[in-house]
Amino acid sequence: MSESLTLFEKIWRAHTVTARDDGQTLLWIDRHLCHEGSFHAFDKLQRAGRPVRRPDLTFAIADHYVPTRDRSAGASDPEIATMIRLLDSNAADNGIRLFGLDDPDQGIVHVVGPELGLTQPGITLVCGDSHTSTHGAFGALAFGIGASEVSHVLATQSLWQRRPKTLRITVDGTLGAHVSAKDLILAIIAEIGADGAAGHVIEYDGTAIRALSMEARMTVCNMSIEAGGRAGMIAPDDTTFAWLHGRRYAPTGADWEAAVASWRDLHGDDGAVFDREVRLDGAAVAPTVTWGTSPEHALAVTDRVPDPAAEADGGRRATLEKALDYMDLRPGTPLTDVVIDRVFIGSCTNARIEDLRSAADVLTDRRTTVPTMVVPGSSAVKRQAEAEGLDRVFTAAGAEWLDSGCSMCAATNGDMVPPGERCASTTNRNFRGRQGPGARTHLMSPAMAAAAAVTGRITDVRRIGERA
Amino acid sequence: MRPFTTLTAPAVPLRLANVDTDQLLPGRFLRKPRSDGYDNYLFHDLRRDDDGSLRPDFVLNQPAYQAAPILVADRNFGGGSSREGAVYALADAGFRCIIAPSFGDIFRSNAAKNGVLPVVLPIEAIERIWAMAEADPAAPLSVDLEQQSVRIANEAEPFRFEIDAFVKECLLAGRDDIDLTLVHADTLDAFEGDYGTRFPWRRPATAD
Ligand code: SF4
Repeated sequence: MSESLTLFEKIWRAHTVTARDDGQTLLWIDRHLCHEGSFHAFDKLQRAGRPVRRPDLTFAIADHYVPTRDRSAGASDPEIATMIRLLDSNAADNGIRLFGLDDPDQGIVHVVGPELGLTQPGITLVCGDSHTSTHGAFGALAFGIGASEVSHVLATQSLWQRRPKTLRITVDGTLGAHVSAKDLILAIIAEIGADGAAGHVIEYDGTAIRALSMEARMTVCNMSIEAGGRAGMIAPDDTTFAWLHGRRYAPTGADWEAAVASWRDLHGDDGAVFDREVRLDGAAVAPTVTWGTSPEHALAVTDRVPDPAAEADGGRRATLEKALDYMDLRPGTPLTDVVIDRVFIGSCTNARIEDLRSAADVLTDRRTTVPTMVVPGSSAVKRQAEAEGLDRVFTAAGAEWLDSGCSMCAATNGDMVPPGERCASTTNRNFRGRQGPGARTHLMSPAMAAAAAVTGRITDVRRIGERA
Repeated sequence: MRPFTTLTAPAVPLRLANVDTDQLLPGRFLRKPRSDGYDNYLFHDLRRDDDGSLRPDFVLNQPAYQAAPILVADRNFGGGSSREGAVYALADAGFRCIIAPSFGDIFRSNAAKNGVLPVVLPIEAIERIWAMAEADPAAPLSVDLEQQSVRIANEAEPFRFEIDAFVKECLLAGRDDIDLTLVHADTLDAFEGDYGTRFPWRRPATAD
């Protein structure tokens, strides 16, 4: 009788080059995505005089530092311009295919990888960026690595890893109207904590997960890292295959048939055992927003700012007090009374075509009342949105329609939330200073962010019709 | 890489949970070349006021803790972004060992690859170390990687910690893991050849 394996175990085994007695495993890496931040790793490789082993499996994409306005003029800050140039020259020197600033397929690495069909079921994919977990939506084992590991992959196309533990998160039931993948993943993080999945690879399953589109699955897997997970993955199915078919780097012809046949086996076997299990009822998830400085500080939009006095544990009380102090919020305030200064719709979490459609849906025939930026996840998403007329909905509502990149998600390209301002953001991290020094971030879905843009405060998108 | 064997030195008590890598090294410093040193960027926005002056109430700014190479923090230290620069900032500021109840996985790996030892201890042990370091900032803590132990000065019983055998070996020897991988070069070559035959369709389809 054959063993019952989880999806993760199947991929792990197929990629094991060698394993030491102590459990450390050398894993073969199928795809390696680089961005401007990979310069430390290229430096290290160059200093050691080592070549890139498999440039054909390595792809470079400019995203973190690219300007979102007046792109043809290049980056205005010389240090930022240098970062973009370094990626260009490191790619050219090592024979790596580059999707640079001017490439029609440039965009955020975690949006472009899937879009080009580089991300495929069953592969191992790494990138020097924690949100590499996004690619797990295709049933790949995908995780973020640091600069030392990036140079190791460049040199050897492999990586030493200790086998992580497995966690299955099963979400059954049907998500309610206007409740999106973003609300679901925020609710999961609130439930298990920002380090709730530390040391684990998460496999998402259940009827609510199966019903999600690829875009929505990517949003869920993207924020696995905000739950501390090493990776997040969803077994591939017909939704996955249909989405991938015909993409530039996807297999074609007989190769496609062989690939799909092999991909059909990529699911957890009946009876596969996980180290941990968590269950959630999808129907119970409400539109969710964060109030504090950790993604675990998430509540239903109908809730109130929590009161630290109700917290018995002294350490936790102090943490809550600090978060409220930074966020300038008073305990007991209804979340829908929180006034915001600006809105950012973008990032590898929520800037795919479906995200832009749902934001545009809310903004149709409405006006924004606070500065609102819409930054598509890739240049291809931008073209698609323009073909559908979404850009005109955004601009008619008074929002800015910009070029693709990471932008205000991490503020590395200079797009920052000014100090003390409060931003309703579709990104993934509400850390102190993430969007700029002193910036206050409230994470939410694209539809919720659009609703906030209309009213100028945190708003339950289910009720926007009543209030607008 | 600088090896880590033993360290007996004072510790900084950082009573903060969820210290993410954005706080350790704000994103706008990621573009700085390493050769300049990253120490001035460490905890930049927690450490400094808007005008750049040091905040006296932040523990790392207190004169008593200036020379301490051990940082003792609360849970989920180094979560968030994979930026290895967060470790460069700690290392360049003189930190050799970080103790916390839990770490971000990527941070923990990055730290070890730069000769900075990440130690997981239960919160009860950390409370005791905080109390020691707050009562007497000069009191030494003894960290012994070979023995996998952390001992408070004048206490007989050390706290034991777990660490991955491979990570321990690399840290003790100060060895770069690319060297270790190249020991397996033949196995890697053989795997690569065989893999290409088993999954021919896994190569990216077009190479434009
Ligand atoms: S959009 Fe944000 S989270 Fe995603 S890769 Fe860019 S900076 Fe990182």
